[in-house]
Amino acid sequence: MGMEGIGARVARKEDKRFLTGKGRYTDDMVVPGMKFAYFVRSPHAHARITGIDAEAAKAMPGVIDVLDGRQLQADGIGNLICGWMIHSKDGSPMKMGAWRPLAVDTVRYVGDAVAIVVADSAAEARDAAEAVIVDYDELPAVTTSIAALQDGAPQIHPEAPGNLIFDWQIGDGAATDAAIAAAAHVTEIEIHNNRLSPNPMEPRATLGIYDSAEDHFTCYTTSQNPHVARLVMSAFYNVAPENKLRVIAPDVGGGFGSKIYIYPEEIVCLWASKKTGVPVKWTSDRTEAFLTDAHGRDHVSKVKMAFDKDHRIIGLKVDTIANLGAYMSLFSSAVPTYLYATLLSGQYAIPAIHANVRTVYTNTVPVDAYRGAGRPEATYLLERTMETAARELGISPAELRRKNFIRSFPYQTPVIMNYDAGDYEASLSAAMQAADWDGFPARRAQSEARGKKRGIGMSCYIEACGIAPSQAVGSLGAGVGLWESAEVRVNAVGTIEVLTGSHSHGQGHETTFAQLVADRLGVPISSVNIVHGDTDKVQMGMGTYGSRSGAVGMSAIVKALDKVEMKAKKIAAHLMEADESDIVIENGELKVAGTDKVLPWFQVALAAYTAHNLPAGMEPGLKESAFYDPSNFTFPAGCYIAEVEVDPETGKTEIIQFVAADDFGNIINPLIVEGQVHGGLAQGIGQALLEEVRYDEATGQILTASYMDYAMPRADDLPSFTLSHQNTPCPGNPLGIKGCGEAGAIGSPPALMNAITDAIGTNDLTMPATPLKVWSALQGAAMPMAAE
Amino acid sequence: MYATSYHRASSVGEAVNLRASHDEGRYVSGGMTLIATMKQRLAAPSDLIDLRHIADMKGVSVEGRSVRIGAATPHADVAASAALRAVCPAICQLAGMIGDPHVRNMGTIGGSVANNDPAADYPSAVLALNATVVTDRREIAADDFFLGMFDTALEEAEMITAIRFEAPEKAGYAKFPNPASRYAITGVFVAKTADGARVAVTGAGSSGVFRVAEMEAALSAAWSPESVAGVSVDPAMLMSDLHATAEYRANLVRVMAKRAVLASL
Repeated sequence: MGMEGIGARVARKEDKRFLTGKGRYTDDMVVPGMKFAYFVRSPHAHARITGIDAEAAKAMPGVIDVLDGRQLQADGIGNLICGWMIHSKDGSPMKMGAWRPLAVDTVRYVGDAVAIVVADSAAEARDAAEAVIVDYDELPAVTTSIAALQDGAPQIHPEAPGNLIFDWQIGDGAATDAAIAAAAHVTEIEIHNNRLSPNPMEPRATLGIYDSAEDHFTCYTTSQNPHVARLVMSAFYNVAPENKLRVIAPDVGGGFGSKIYIYPEEIVCLWASKKTGVPVKWTSDRTEAFLTDAHGRDHVSKVKMAFDKDHRIIGLKVDTIANLGAYMSLFSSAVPTYLYATLLSGQYAIPAIHANVRTVYTNTVPVDAYRGAGRPEATYLLERTMETAARELGISPAELRRKNFIRSFPYQTPVIMNYDAGDYEASLSAAMQAADWDGFPARRAQSEARGKKRGIGMSCYIEACGIAPSQAVGSLGAGVGLWESAEVRVNAVGTIEVLTGSHSHGQGHETTFAQLVADRLGVPISSVNIVHGDTDKVQMGMGTYGSRSGAVGMSAIVKALDKVEMKAKKIAAHLMEADESDIVIENGELKVAGTDKVLPWFQVALAAYTAHNLPAGMEPGLKESAFYDPSNFTFPAGCYIAEVEVDPETGKTEIIQFVAADDFGNIINPLIVEGQVHGGLAQGIGQALLEEVRYDEATGQILTASYMDYAMPRADDLPSFTLSHQNTPCPGNPLGIKGCGEAGAIGSPPALMNAITDAIGTNDLTMPATPLKVWSALQGAAMPMAAE
Repeated sequence: MYATSYHRASSVGEAVNLRASHDEGRYVSGGMTLIATMKQRLAAPSDLIDLRHIADMKGVSVEGRSVRIGAATPHADVAASAALRAVCPAICQLAGMIGDPHVRNMGTIGGSVANNDPAADYPSAVLALNATVVTDRREIAADDFFLGMFDTALEEAEMITAIRFEAPEKAGYAKFPNPASRYAITGVFVAKTADGARVAVTGAGSSGVFRVAEMEAALSAAWSPESVAGVSVDPAMLMSDLHATAEYRANLVRVMAKRAVLASL
């Protein structure tokens, strides 16, 4: 692997600028004549707009203009769309209501944008926004999916009667019902997956610049996928044709999914720049982030899991209602369907599965993908159910899982997915050993002696990463292809630029992608630069989400490197008068195998560009590009074990240990992988113990719109994690990579909840397991204790 | 934040004069609540008169068992004061539990006590220690100072200059923090003073910090955790919010009181 190649624990190249405050984020961008925007937002969860009077605001100091939704509509700017078509089980297409970038007639959640104020300073824009008089006729609001489906619930979009967006199913309902009818035991449970706010450290921001001479737009934005942003803004929102719109996502401070989507602000700032003739910058504050960044999760499910007399699962029936909020965000329909229900087989051989999913409009922030996107919901549902079943059946949770593991690959589940490789037993055994599972009863006794309740819980997760292939996702309703592109540009003196359609917003691509090049060519990573995030530099790309940059993005780089190597070898063979097949690349040199003939890498690069002596007919230059479209998803999997101690007097949970045993396939940089796991675990533990977006059900006001009430995990909420890897290389891509970005957030919530419910002796506890909830559960009649 | 003018006072007199000349002005002494409120545009003082740089109002002095903490003393300095720790370690521990390091280096005891946030830590200590709140014009006994949520005996433009108390024989503080804000969901400060036991509860009461007579009586009789373990507080007088019901807070008052006594031993 070399000092800096694949598998090397290299410190991140990008951290110097991040840690010294030299990062360049969207809000750092300054262009001549730049002005500032503030959005007038709805204070109501649901209301008709009966009038907008901006005259007083327009007269305020520094104000350039105030623009509203009617003007936007008159200029032909389109509505925001959901890019993944889902059909209900009756064959009808999903019922998408109009999402106007600026509301025209109706506002549907607190924070819905109504008008934009452009002024000389951000403070003046905000002052003027307060002077914009919007007349509202308030309408009744509904915030929960269950309530929104009830007769007489407030109707949110005329296009979706009863607030039902689609009623979709997957799997074989009749076979599943038959399995349940014939079962020796059926475990039934209701599962709630709490609504989360993504909270990236950098809030969203955008800078729209219109050049009237060229009729050209530039959009700086906090995006995980600038090319998709350009595509959508051109093809659907009618902002500008692609050749007249450049989208730049510079340094981006975290996304967790929330920066995949195109939001109203990008569109409106670009349009406002043309309208006002000045560049327009908007930066969200933290309150706006809580009010407008797409939320995650918010599922309610009923589950039946059927077992035969030997404790083998024979059927799984799931009925899920997913809250999509006030509008359908860009990939919102895919999350509770193809990213969720297709994972309901988990690590288990289940002959019959049926899932029904209804998605619902409510007067809340739109819900879309958030770290894990559907897979945490599936894992949480399955692993809480497995644990509950083990308690009911009176066998150990490990034994029940072992009995049902899939053990031969490839494995076709009844819910579309075809698992290519895995060794679930290996991760389970490693995790149990690392956690000293067998020593738990003694530790529990020690805790009891101190008046504490100790519990242990496990979770065996599987996820699908690197979503693909394009043809397959297209057949399932995706509006885009899910390949990736790369270009490897060797400069005349041998340094290298890699242009990638992946986008780094915390993942460390500038290091890992350079390590791949170092591994292949033997050059130092300092001579490799990664270029990303600019539609003028990188031809096309699909961006970063779903742990796809390694498995898909790097595979595209491999293909481009293959071509570069091939050409370099041809040149070297020509220069050294050797056969091309005898050329090897090692340690930054091209050598003729078995001889002392050698050319340094830079000399071959230089030869390619001087072109004084190239093989006959060869074009000058050394630059190759490639697109990579994978053949399948990748399937990271693993086993997590949490051990907790609950203080029965206060309900406070302390995590004593957290063990993560993951199979990510081959690993490029263990340091970065561990960082990804740590971050994912922190977010998963946050979901299980601390985080929840709450609404006032009567008014639709968000109650957790600041860190005073929305509890983010902090260092002292977390234990030191015990990590290990049991890698089965992915057979589907050239590097054998599976992906690691989301696993921590997917696998940890059920492990923790299984541990807490084990500690306090109940199966009935919802996330987040706050001290209040745990204490309240302890005051109620205790359930029979779990079997050890 | 709306536009505001900032003034840095270097003496109590200068601060009082500045405040007198600005009707819509406010004192700021750390601003841990005020600045956040201003950023949300929920407060809009025309002028901010900063008290944190008045030398006379900074620092901890201990003479015998008499303690004086300048109102502009940041929490971090209270937490780190060796002299104070020698006579009343409980208040050092309390100061060290407030917020995070940034808050502890900006926020001050005077700011906290004057603001009287129902979930702030210091009011419980001031009340339980039977402290005297010294202002620019008078001295106010703790029992007369805290009037209700965010409400104190301070008059318009009156400023706290110091907190004074006699170090108790024993004292302890136990806090159950809000998982989000880390303010007290319930904090209980117990002190064994010359005049008997005093127990003050913050974070829980629907009218702010309060004393628990029954616990005080029990502790005056016998200073031990068991004395308060059986004393219950009526949930009807406690707050209920997203993070804690009144019943849960009533439980926490009992549990934290017990732990505060334990910490004092």
